[in-house]
Amino acid sequence: MLPKTASPGFTGTGRRNGSDRWRSVAAVITIPVLLPLLVILGSVFVPDPDTWEHLLEHVLAEVLVNTLWLVAGVAVITGLLGTSLAWLTAVTDFPGRRFFSWALMLPIAVPGYVMAFVVVGLLDFAGPVQSAVRDLWGPDAWFPVVRGRAGVIIVMSLVLYPYVYLITRNAFLTQGARALEAGQSLGLSRRQGFFRIALPMARPWIAGGLMLVVMETLADFGTVAVFNYNTFTTAIYESWFSLFSIRAALQLSSVLMLLVFVAVLIERSLRANAHYTGGGSPATARIRLAGWPRWLASAYATIVMLLAFVLPLVQMLAWGWQNFARDFNTRYLEFVSHSLLLAIISAGFVTATALLLAYSLRNGPGAFAGICARVATLGYAIPGAVLAVGIFVPLAALSNGVQAMLDILLGSAAPTVLLQATLLTMLVAYLVRFLAVAYTPVESNMQRVTRSVDEASRSLGISGTRMLRRVHFPILRGGLLTAMTLVFVDVMKEMPITLMTRPFGWDTLAVRVFEMTSEGHWDRAALPALAIVLAGLVPIMMMIRRTEHAA
Amino acid sequence: MKSPVRIILLLPVLLAVVAGCAPPDDTLVVYSSRNEELIKPVFERYTAETNVNISFITDSAGPLVERLRAEGENTPADILLTVDAGNLWHAASDGLLKAVDSAVLKRNIPAHLRDDQDRWFGLSLRARTIVYSSQRVSQDQLSSYADLAGEQWRGRLCLRTSRKVYNQSLVAMLIAQEGAARAEEIVRGWVANLATEVFSNDTSLMQAMVAGQCDVGIVNSYYFGRLLDKDPEIPLRLFWPDQDGKGVHVNVSGAGVTRHAPHPVAAVAFLEWMSTEVPQRIFAERNHEYPANPSVAPDAKVSAWGEFRASETSLVKAGELQADAVKLMDRAGYR
Repeated sequence: MLPKTASPGFTGTGRRNGSDRWRSVAAVITIPVLLPLLVILGSVFVPDPDTWEHLLEHVLAEVLVNTLWLVAGVAVITGLLGTSLAWLTAVTDFPGRRFFSWALMLPIAVPGYVMAFVVVGLLDFAGPVQSAVRDLWGPDAWFPVVRGRAGVIIVMSLVLYPYVYLITRNAFLTQGARALEAGQSLGLSRRQGFFRIALPMARPWIAGGLMLVVMETLADFGTVAVFNYNTFTTAIYESWFSLFSIRAALQLSSVLMLLVFVAVLIERSLRANAHYTGGGSPATARIRLAGWPRWLASAYATIVMLLAFVLPLVQMLAWGWQNFARDFNTRYLEFVSHSLLLAIISAGFVTATALLLAYSLRNGPGAFAGICARVATLGYAIPGAVLAVGIFVPLAALSNGVQAMLDILLGSAAPTVLLQATLLTMLVAYLVRFLAVAYTPVESNMQRVTRSVDEASRSLGISGTRMLRRVHFPILRGGLLTAMTLVFVDVMKEMPITLMTRPFGWDTLAVRVFEMTSEGHWDRAALPALAIVLAGLVPIMMMIRRTEHAA
Repeated sequence: MKSPVRIILLLPVLLAVVAGCAPPDDTLVVYSSRNEELIKPVFERYTAETNVNISFITDSAGPLVERLRAEGENTPADILLTVDAGNLWHAASDGLLKAVDSAVLKRNIPAHLRDDQDRWFGLSLRARTIVYSSQRVSQDQLSSYADLAGEQWRGRLCLRTSRKVYNQSLVAMLIAQEGAARAEEIVRGWVANLATEVFSNDTSLMQAMVAGQCDVGIVNSYYFGRLLDKDPEIPLRLFWPDQDGKGVHVNVSGAGVTRHAPHPVAAVAFLEWMSTEVPQRIFAERNHEYPANPSVAPDAKVSAWGEFRASETSLVKAGELQADAVKLMDRAGYR
C-alpha cells in the first residue's frame, strides 16, 4: 500500500504534480481527525455565561496556576530522567545496561491512576510508611504532604518519562558516532561532547518526547483526581459532570486545544531553520564508564526502575492475588485477546497513517501540509472523555444518516445500523487520539531522510519503491517501531474512547479496570491493570529488541 | 514487508463487517453507569423468568447521556440506568427520558424517590450519613450534618472531595431544606473543621479515620459495609443524623425509559419487575444498599446498622439544585 501511494513523489517526474498529490494525502488524513475537533470548537458559538461567570470567579485562577506548575514540573523531571537514561543506555556501557535499555521502558505500561493510587496508599497518613514513622517517632512526627503538588508531579513524571526516554534514545542510537569523534578530535572532553554536540543534535527528539508528555499531562484526569489536584482538565470535567454544562466543557477544551496549538507552532518556529541531518554510522564503540561512575549509573537506573515499575507492580501483584479467586475467570481470555487485538491493529494502523502524514509533509512542503500535520495531532491534548464525545457525535450523525437512507430505500426491511459502535469506529477514534504519539517519533526520524539521501540513492540507480524499501525504511525503522510501541501501550490503557465506541459485549481489560474503579474497588482494579502490564510486556520487549537492531 | 502491511490495512474492514451489527431485535438494551457486577445477576434472573434477553453497555453517566443525545431517534437503548438523582434529573430535563404511566411503579416506589413527572424511578437506596471513630467519639456527641460545622469538631472532620456527585446531592438537599444562606454557613463550617485535605474516595477517608487522622466524616453507607466485610472489628460506626429534623440524606440508583426506546413496552415491564420484591432484594444486596421499595426488608448485614428515619424531601431537588450546590462549595472553598 505504502510504496504505491508513495512512489509519485520519488519518480522524479512531475514533482509539482507529486506535491499536489501529497497535499491531498495530508488533507485526507486530517479530515477524520479534524471533525471531532470541529465538534469541540463548534461549542464556542453558543455561550454559557452562567457557568463561565462562576468558573472565572472561583475556579480558573486556581486551576491555571496548578496546571502551569504541573506541566512545568513534569516536563523538567521527565526531560532530565528521559534524556539522561537514554544517553546512558544508548551510548555508554555500565553493569546491567542491556537489561535496563528495555526495562526502563516498562513503566509506560503502568496506568498513571494506578501509580497514583499505589503511592498515595503507601505514603499517605493511613499507609504503612507513615504508620511506621508514627510508631517510631510518636504521633506528631513530621512527614511531607503526600497529596500535594510535589506528589502529583513526581508520580506523573515516573509514568511519563518513558516517552522522552524511548524517543530520545532513538536519537542517540542513530546520531552517528562521527560527530562525537570529530568533537573529540577538536579537543572537546566527553562531557563537552555530550552537552555541545549530542544534546543539541537530539533536540527535535527531546522536544517531541516532551511535547507528548505535556499533552498527556494536560489531558490527564485519573492521576490528578487521586491527588485532588485541580487542573484545567478537572475544571472541564467539573463543568460537564457537576455543573452539567457540556458546552462549557467543550469550550474549555477548545481553549486548551488552541493553547497547545500555539505552543506547538512556537516550538516549531524556534527550530524552523535548524537542520538535523545527523546520520553517519551509528556509534560503533560505546563509551565504557569506568570506576564509580559505572556503578552510579547502575544505581541510578535501578532506583528509577524500582520506583516507577517494581513498586507499583508489587502492590498490584499483592492486590491482584487477594482478589484472584473472586475475580479471575475464563472471560479474562476474552478481555486479553480483545485488548491485544485492538492494540496491535491500532499500532499498525496509526503508525502507517503517521508515516503517510510525515511523507506528505516531506514531499508536499508548504504551510498547508504543515498545518494539517499540526492540527491532526492535537487530539492527544484533549481530555479523553471530551474527545470521545467529539468523536461520537459525527459518527452517530453519520450512522443516523445511513439509517435514514436505508429506511427510505428498503422500508421496514432495513437493517439497524450502529456505525458508532464498531471496531472500525474504535480504530478511527484511536487514530484521532493517538496520531500525535505515532507521528512524533516518525517525523523526527524523517528528518534523517534528507534530499541528499534521495539524490545519492538515485545516482546509484535506486529509486521509486526500491528506494523506499532499501534506503528510507532502514533509516525510519527505529522511529516506526517506537511509534508502534507507544500506540500499542496507549491503546491498551485507554478508557473513555474504548467505553464509548466499543460494540455491545465487547469488553477489554481497560473496560474491566473502569468497572472496578468506577465503583471504588481500587484493589480489585489491580487484576485487570496487572493483566494490561503483563499482556503488554512481550510486544514491548519485542519491539525494543528490534529498535536495538535497527540502530 | 508488503503482505503484513496489507493484512493490517484489511483487518479493520473485516472487523467492521463482523462486529458492526446491533443487538438482535428482541433484546432489551440498557445503558448503565452501574457496573456489570451489580446489574448482571439481576438481568440474568429476568431473562430466566421471562425469556427476554438484555444486553447492556457500561460507561460513566456523563458520556452515556451524551451518547443518548447524539444517537437521537436511532438509539438502540431502551433504558438508562445510573446512580445519583442529579444525573437522572438532568437526563430527564434534557428530554432524554420519557414519562412512564405505571400503577405498579407508583405503588412500589415512594413519591420522593422518583421523578415528579414519572420519567425516572429510584431502584436502590443509599444513605449518605455520618461515620465516627468508636474509640474517640461517643454517639451522644453527634446530632446532625449541621452540627459537624460546630467548633467542637475543629480539626477532627474528614470529607471527600466536593467533585463527587454524592456530596453535591447532599449539599443540594441542604439548600432545599435549610435555605442557601444557612447551607453555605454549614459548608464553610465543615471546611474550617477539616483535619486534612479532602479525600478522593470514601474508603480512604475511613482508613484515615481508623489510623487516627480524624474522628468524624460523611460517607455512603455501602462503603462502610464493604470495609466491614474485610474487617468486622473495624473501630468505626455509622450514625444516623437529623432524626429530630429532616432525616438522613438518602440518594438512589435508578432508571428511566429513553425517549426513543425501540421497545418501550418491554422496558416498562422490566422496570416494573425491578420494583418487586426479589429483584429489589438482589439489586440492593449486591452493593450493601437499601431496597427502594419500602415493603422489602434490607438484608441482615445492612439491617444491623440500625433503623433510621430518612429524609422525605423529593430527590428532584437534588437535581434542580445541583449546579447551585457545586457553585456554593466552590465559593466556600470546599475543594
